[in-house]
Amino acid sequence: MVRFSSYRDFDWILLGFVLVLSIISVLEIKSATLHTKFHGFDHKQIVFLAAGLFLMFVISAIDYHRLIDIVPWAYGISIASLLAVKLVGQKVLGARRWINLGGGVHFQPSEWVKLVLIVAVARYFWGLSGKELTWRDIGKAAALVCVPMALVLTQPDLGTSLTYLPILIVGLFLGGIRLRQVGIIVLVLALLGGVAWKSGKRLKPYQQARINAFINPDSDPKGSGYQIRQSLIAVGSGGIWGKGANKGTQTQGDFLPIPYTDFIFAAFCEEHGFVGAMGVLLLYFLILMRLIQNAQTAADLPGAYLIMGVVGIIVFQIAVNIGMVVGLMPVTGIPLPLMSYGGSSILFTFLALGIVMNVRMSRFVN
Amino acid sequence: MELNPQTELTLGQTEKLPIGKLHASQYLVAVILLILSVGLWRLEVVGADNFRAMAEANRIRKVPVMAPRGRLFDREGRLLVDNYPSVSCYLLREQGHDLNADLPRIASGLHLTVEQIESVLRRYQAAPKYQPIPLKQDITPDEQAFIEAHRNELPELETLEEQRRVYPRDGFAAHLIGYVGEISEDDLNKEKYAFYQPGDVVGKSGVEATYDALLRGVDGSRDVIVNSHGKEIGHLGETLAKPGQDIKLTIDLDLQMAAEKAMEGKVGSIIAMDPHNGEVLALVSRPTFDPNQFAGKLTKTYWNEILNNPDHPLLNKAIQAQLAPGSTFKIIMSYAGLQEQEAQSLRVMCNGGASFYGHFFACDARHGMVDINRAIPVSCDTFYYTLANKLGIDTIAKYATSLGLSQHTGVDLPDEASGTMPSTQWKMKNFHEKWYAGEVISVGIGQGAVAVTPVQLARAIGGIASGGVLHRPHTVFPDEVPSDMLEAVHETFPGSGEKTVPLSPDNWETITNAMAQTTITGTAGAARLEGIDFAGKTGTAQVMSHDALARSGGGHRTVPNAWFVGMAPRRNPDIIVVVLWENGNWGANSAKLGAQIVNAFVTKQRKKENNIHIAEAAPAPVLPASSGSASTPVAPVRKPALESTDAAPAIKKTAVTEIKKPAPVDAEN
Repeated sequence: MVRFSSYRDFDWILLGFVLVLSIISVLEIKSATLHTKFHGFDHKQIVFLAAGLFLMFVISAIDYHRLIDIVPWAYGISIASLLAVKLVGQKVLGARRWINLGGGVHFQPSEWVKLVLIVAVARYFWGLSGKELTWRDIGKAAALVCVPMALVLTQPDLGTSLTYLPILIVGLFLGGIRLRQVGIIVLVLALLGGVAWKSGKRLKPYQQARINAFINPDSDPKGSGYQIRQSLIAVGSGGIWGKGANKGTQTQGDFLPIPYTDFIFAAFCEEHGFVGAMGVLLLYFLILMRLIQNAQTAADLPGAYLIMGVVGIIVFQIAVNIGMVVGLMPVTGIPLPLMSYGGSSILFTFLALGIVMNVRMSRFVN
Repeated sequence: MELNPQTELTLGQTEKLPIGKLHASQYLVAVILLILSVGLWRLEVVGADNFRAMAEANRIRKVPVMAPRGRLFDREGRLLVDNYPSVSCYLLREQGHDLNADLPRIASGLHLTVEQIESVLRRYQAAPKYQPIPLKQDITPDEQAFIEAHRNELPELETLEEQRRVYPRDGFAAHLIGYVGEISEDDLNKEKYAFYQPGDVVGKSGVEATYDALLRGVDGSRDVIVNSHGKEIGHLGETLAKPGQDIKLTIDLDLQMAAEKAMEGKVGSIIAMDPHNGEVLALVSRPTFDPNQFAGKLTKTYWNEILNNPDHPLLNKAIQAQLAPGSTFKIIMSYAGLQEQEAQSLRVMCNGGASFYGHFFACDARHGMVDINRAIPVSCDTFYYTLANKLGIDTIAKYATSLGLSQHTGVDLPDEASGTMPSTQWKMKNFHEKWYAGEVISVGIGQGAVAVTPVQLARAIGGIASGGVLHRPHTVFPDEVPSDMLEAVHETFPGSGEKTVPLSPDNWETITNAMAQTTITGTAGAARLEGIDFAGKTGTAQVMSHDALARSGGGHRTVPNAWFVGMAPRRNPDIIVVVLWENGNWGANSAKLGAQIVNAFVTKQRKKENNIHIAEAAPAPVLPASSGSASTPVAPVRKPALESTDAAPAIKKTAVTEIKKPAPVDAEN
């Protein structure tokens, strides 16, 4: 059987939203790095975007069922590469996250594991399709996600490992977990969390400090609370209309930490105000609605699972990143999809979108 | 395309996700975005004003602009003390930066040791965190470049431009000028310094201290836009600094140099004054110190050197040394005796001493029959023993006190000493003992409990020579100072000040003629100045009693102090010089030093009056070289920014020609 897919069914509207957001991202990165030694990152971001677009088209041409077929291999390789990072990874700022491939290329396996997990979870729940989830099924799904998650968490990279969680949650939700089961899991986790909190041994000191700073940003304005405080000042001082492009005093004065990656939304809010921020949120809303709609029209269950996995990760990252910027979440170091500077993040997002495109293009096939 | 069996199997099912769950997902996304929107609303709309204020406070910093301190000039407008721009390095401790890790780099860049930085940090441990710590003053261009080049890695380093004092070299006029330093915590609590801030530089001694309020000016400030590293990226407003007022001192540079040269290698003091008005023309105290060391970072070695010097270099001996005046006191005795109508007719047979109250009091020589006119030039002790005995201690004390002894003169320099003039009352008060009549005998020759400062002696004897008109000695022209400040200075330094004492013309002539005789045939005959109406009186003051001297077995410190009071002309003098040469052995030795000063003064005045082109005279250095050689103009330690701003006639030309030969501006730095 030959599947037929057509670029007529490619989601050009979704791509349009994505590109508008990408342009906003490039402009804000330019502004945020204007007077710093990172000047020129906007150009690099364009290169990443171009590469991402290319990869998106490439992967959209690959039947997603193929991906599902090879995912056991990919999953095995992922685990192996995470273990490799542990053994031979490059230690940067106290964490082993990268493997140096030589020639200035650094490979960060934890980003790609996200994609593999989306596919693996889709395959797993597809296999269970229709049945009521038993505790055994739930345990297997949790193990599937939690093994790589634990490996990344101990790199240590709390932020990235947390992004694996929505894949599991989305899978369980769509896979038919019952309310009673959810209740029990939440209860058990809460109890475990309480014990861990009491023992005080589960969190690294910097993580503990971040949480303290989140609870009370003014406790240590020059220390851990600094980032949150400066971010709040940046966002708040933007007002309704913002201070104008390249005119954010917090951004330009280097008060806002890393305003081109994790805190790019704060920089954007400062310079473009509440109105601009609502515009970006609207774009995200449209993109996500479009994605969910694609999941609805997907030809089969695995397609829908794939798209919803992507939705889960993107929503999670938006919620955590913007939540952090506006002081609703602690600092975790999770980039904002399509806005933050960075090759890994951009390439992941576009690859994920490529899978979505393929699912959509395949919807009338069969 | 081949599919694996599992895929094949499920294909037939064509199941879809329940639509309800997808709708639920949509609602969930909407709710999450709504929550974020509310968060944004809260910050950007509700809290905008508050956050805007915080953003402003974040980036705007008030940077002080130091007012340059007023410069000091001599009476003819020749520059004595100037400023030079200097850059200091400060350490900011608020950078959220691990300071300790950076210490080795900072240390090597600033040419300090890690221990030095740590000790600075310790010293400022208690200071508030936002206060920058002065790490190194007066950094070199090299070190400045290091700080600039490492702005990003070492954001805690900050530089500040300041004006620093540059004083003449080798402690020239150091006691008169004084020095500046960072205000001490004790001073901050004093009323006088109510408006001063910690870290302010204030005058610590000399003119710098007395006229600090005038010299310091008013610091300005700039509102600077900074980035998070505190680096300046622009500025908003500026309040200009008001420079301190330049002050013209009453000092005559030429005379000061002559006095410095005269005292070289000696311990003691010279003060020269214009008795017409109390203007101090020269003031030297030896040993001296380098005020530049005090104005900068005082090194421990130098401080120990100063502290351990037994001759107390920081002491301004001209106003703080309280010593027995020896025979110079005989002028005051003569004044008392003549005014009391006792001395005119007194004739004493001097056989090398005389006995009073059962004790023999020696004289240096057998002077034979002596009257007042001879007693002064030959300095006959026997005559004054007798006179003292006739007058009694309280009469002597009355006259001496009326001339300002045992009181401050009110000179405008800090910490003047008052000396001692014994009397029956004084003894009762201080020792709770009766005065013994025999004690008056040695007071008659300026020994015993009598103690004077050179400035007291200059004012008192200058007053007698001026017919009884005494003035408050001062180092700054009163018209240079606002009247309220002048009043404040007079209040801060109270003293006998301006005063007229009764002196009959006959007595006036008697004393002054006898003093003139002193430099011709008298004890100061060797110091005689041909063609100058030069009068004076020597004094050789025992530093210990004859018994103590015998016990001590001699040594330099037992050698008598040599005093000389000299003036020209003898009546209504234009200058009075007091020389104190500690352990100088004979008053005659000091007389020679005094003669040099008077000679320098008179020669200069004559040149001016006769309009002789001053350049024809041997060129005088603007500031003394350590060798005292007169050929090389000497640059102050840092910058030779000497220039004549005042058009002192005739002098100006020399001053300019001398000064325009500049020592190159620190080429080696």
